[in-house]
Amino acid sequence: MNFDDTPQEAAFRQEVRSWIAANAPKQYEAGLKTSGFGHTALEGVDIIKVSKEWQQKKFDAGWACLHWPKEYGGRGASPIERVIWQQEEGVYAALSSLFIIGHGMCGPTMMAYASEEHKRNYLPPLAAGEHIWCQLFSEPAGGSDLAGLRTKAERDGDGWVVNGQKIWTSGAQHSDYGILITRTDPTVPKHKGLTMFFLDMKSPGIEIRPIKQVNGQSGFNEVYFTDVRIPDSQRLGKVGDGWNVSLTTLMNERLSIGSGMPTGFPELLDFCCSLETDNGAAIDNPAVRSKLATFAVRTSGLKYTAFRSISALSKGEVPGPENSIGKLVAGSAMQEIAMMALDLQAEAGALLSPGQAAASARFQAMLLRSPATRVEGGTDEILRNIIAERVLGLPADIRVDKAVPFNQIPTSGR
Amino acid sequence: MEFDFSADQKQLKDQARRFLEAKSSPKAVRAILEGPELYDGALWQGLAEMGFMGTAIPEEYGGLGASYLELCVIAEELGRAVAPVPFASSIFLAAEFLLAAGSEAQKQAYLPKLASGETVGCFALAEGVGAATPKHIQAKVAGGKLSGTKLPVLDGDVADFAIVAAKTGAGNDARSISLFIVDLKGAGVLRETVETIDPTRSQAKISFSGADAELLGVEGEGWSIIERVLDRAAVLTAFEQLGGADRALEMARDYALDRMAFGRPIGSFQAVKHMLADMYVSATLARSNCYYGAWALSTGSSELPEAAATARVSATQAYQHCAKNNIQVHGGMGFTWQFDCHLYYRRSNLLALSLGSLSTWEDKLIERLRAKNAA
Repeated sequence: MNFDDTPQEAAFRQEVRSWIAANAPKQYEAGLKTSGFGHTALEGVDIIKVSKEWQQKKFDAGWACLHWPKEYGGRGASPIERVIWQQEEGVYAALSSLFIIGHGMCGPTMMAYASEEHKRNYLPPLAAGEHIWCQLFSEPAGGSDLAGLRTKAERDGDGWVVNGQKIWTSGAQHSDYGILITRTDPTVPKHKGLTMFFLDMKSPGIEIRPIKQVNGQSGFNEVYFTDVRIPDSQRLGKVGDGWNVSLTTLMNERLSIGSGMPTGFPELLDFCCSLETDNGAAIDNPAVRSKLATFAVRTSGLKYTAFRSISALSKGEVPGPENSIGKLVAGSAMQEIAMMALDLQAEAGALLSPGQAAASARFQAMLLRSPATRVEGGTDEILRNIIAERVLGLPADIRVDKAVPFNQIPTSGR
Repeated sequence: MEFDFSADQKQLKDQARRFLEAKSSPKAVRAILEGPELYDGALWQGLAEMGFMGTAIPEEYGGLGASYLELCVIAEELGRAVAPVPFASSIFLAAEFLLAAGSEAQKQAYLPKLASGETVGCFALAEGVGAATPKHIQAKVAGGKLSGTKLPVLDGDVADFAIVAAKTGAGNDARSISLFIVDLKGAGVLRETVETIDPTRSQAKISFSGADAELLGVEGEGWSIIERVLDRAAVLTAFEQLGGADRALEMARDYALDRMAFGRPIGSFQAVKHMLADMYVSATLARSNCYYGAWALSTGSSELPEAAATARVSATQAYQHCAKNNIQVHGGMGFTWQFDCHLYYRRSNLLALSLGSLSTWEDKLIERLRAKNAA
């Protein structure tokens, strides 16, 4: 039992480390470290431009999309090498957030279903950060119940015409392309009438409206489609097979391991050590200590769970199901940690300006962002279903709409 | 990175599981719960024959000289089987005290017999209600004679000798405490079995009145030795707790698949599925934290104090969580004497208290993290 790299891993890590040391945009290091929680921003800097420059630099040197095949702009690296890269990229990984969906979900879906010509045309610019991609899945009537989506695509000559609305599309406003799941046959049961496409986000008939979030930011969007035309050559998978295609996309979403999701615990510990109360530092309070201990073991449990998965990758094995707990644990831990930190600040916990609030308002930002973590990419409840069904082998939910033609499923309004 | 047990260690674990499934079945555990025996003598003999007690004891003292990782996997299986034997008292505590502080003669005298299971040791610290701190301890040694009362002492009625924490100095600080080896069968020792929440691990009240006490380690250093040994025992006990948590989760899962209500398995209801998913989350966090503890223990890392407290807190939470919700999933049947759920419920709560309770370990964890944060 050890945390050591194998000699090959150590050599790879050294190579990564040297390249990053020589090439990373160090002028932004401090800014990225203190960047507000929940979104990356650098004062007086165009974050998109900087992100694209860093991605292009990585691409030129062969460090983009490590897990992708070389012919599509990747490195053909092993899963463990990808993990090592993520660990070493450190703070600069924040500059990759624009590309996470494209590289992690859209790219792999294209690789599995697009024509060879399309793969060669579209994947290298995606890897290079030249193009940004988004994923157009969720809808007002299809979130956790994704297969309940209603955006329709209808045949028209050698193409399709799309009408409908998507929601929660991260980065749509910056995107050049997107992958889009639509309903092509409402007369068959809901999972059977779906078809996947990729499309140019600058196509006529697309309107993007940012969603103002609880925390005042707008990372997500609504995307409206009015008679948007897509050539049939941009269909991914067979007509009616969109559900299976989407499973490929979503499986890739859950493959990312990293080194344990952040919970905010180190910041909270630091805060409790420095906060003076009438009875000494906050950390001297037994009630505070007890809560801190619980957060500590949840946080370290996530870290060492990730290490177990990484160990499996290192041996060339497929990681076990243990990593399925990551977001479920981290999301609620972060929310509770934020609430505890505000409680310790008493009335002033309500302050939101970084100049006035304690710890540069970091915990207030966590408070206002953490509800999203518990919803996005699978709600806490969906994740518990997944653990119960796929890990523990419990029966799937009874689905009353499964065998019913989509257009006959009762709804609260269509 | 190989943050996992080796293939050989996993094989040992399988071997221990098969052995314990046969020899420490729920029926065997119930025999101790319901009968007059204090522990399962046949199981103890069997564990000795398998060589399990001597796993991490060096060969020069009659053990196998394997690593603590081997002992961790055995601990996990003992916990899974709620084994009614004084393994933890004898091996995680008594043997560890001797290894940590014993003179060569003491090691030679006791360790081979602990390794063979011929002798059983225990650790006597608590003196009634409240956390056992240096201030709390009243037992005293003067002129080599021990007086005072220890309550409760896990396996104190089973053991042949005890490692006893007693005052030797004036004052109430850590430096007033020393450790002694006391023959529990000798003069001046009165012990009685006490009623507890988990009779499958017997506990005693031991009254000492002028019993012979042999100093273990340096006088006045007892408390620091205790802290070091408890960290080691905490990792091993955490594995015992982990094994129990996993088994309680499995029992709940199996019952949820089997039990029908409203025309469907109760495991198809989200209220039950989500409860089981949360139990899986606790058990998974605990496993990962226990591995961290095992790594620190087996490598002699300076991180052991932090890792031990982390593993201990996490495994205590997980076992209590899984054992109580196992009863909940079983509904009324879970509250019957006839179903096995209470074996785990009892053990989870006993283990949460032995070695110092959850709040004590939470406190230690935060103190250690704070020191690291300040460094």
